Amino acid sequence: MPVTILIPTALRAFTDGRSEVQARGATAGEAIAAFADDYPDIRRHLYDDSGVLRSFINVYLGETNIKNLEGAGTPVKDGDILMLVPAIAGGTSEAE
Amino acid sequence: MISLGRAVRLAINAEGERAYPDECCGVMLGSIGEAGDRRVTAIIGVENAREDGERYHRFVIEPEDFMRAEAEARRMGLDVLGFYHSHPDHPAEPSDYDREHAMPFYSYVIVSVEEGTASELTSWELAADRSEFFRMSCGE
Repeated sequence: MPVTILIPTALRAFTDGRSEVQARGATAGEAIAAFADDYPDIRRHLYDDSGVLRSFINVYLGETNIKNLEGAGTPVKDGDILMLVPAIAGGTSEAE
Repeated sequence: MISLGRAVRLAINAEGERAYPDECCGVMLGSIGEAGDRRVTAIIGVENAREDGERYHRFVIEPEDFMRAEAEARRMGLDVLGFYHSHPDHPAEPSDYDREHAMPFYSYVIVSVEEGTASELTSWELAADRSEFFRMSCGE
């Protein structure tokens, strides 16, 4: 049995309106990548041009951000629930 | 088309002025009509989580604040329609930084705050291919 990924409202246009999908993987990173393979139009919103998960896309395993666990390498098991949660960022054109 | 209403518009302006010379930020709650028109009926101001020395030109709403806003929207029977932030002493136009960090679907409202006084307010949505923002009509 795969893990469940909860989809934020903003990305449901790319999952045929589904609020949750199933994906397989031994780690959180693998499950998210498998999900992106199933719904390729969502890929550009999750990953940057170099294939790295965008910094403002957060993945929660249960109630814990995987950044506080083992990141993309966080192990997941059948029945786990991953939630995609965006951090919202922006600013002026003035460079850092 | 997004309708903010006078009270919401004034509240965003006031937050932008209060935060000046830093950027303010917050979440817009409301509903979407059958024709896709959006009406913002409430806002939740969020503390700009960027570090000291960066808030004058950057903002971030942490995922925990986002989840709290989503829960509040559900409690009120509303949806999270998007986010607002201010551009202190810069035009109310999205920057490349805004675009790189934006999500589809959401409305991004920007208020320009010139020398401490709110001026132009605009609303934008990200193109599906992330290549650009579209300016949306912004009504009362």
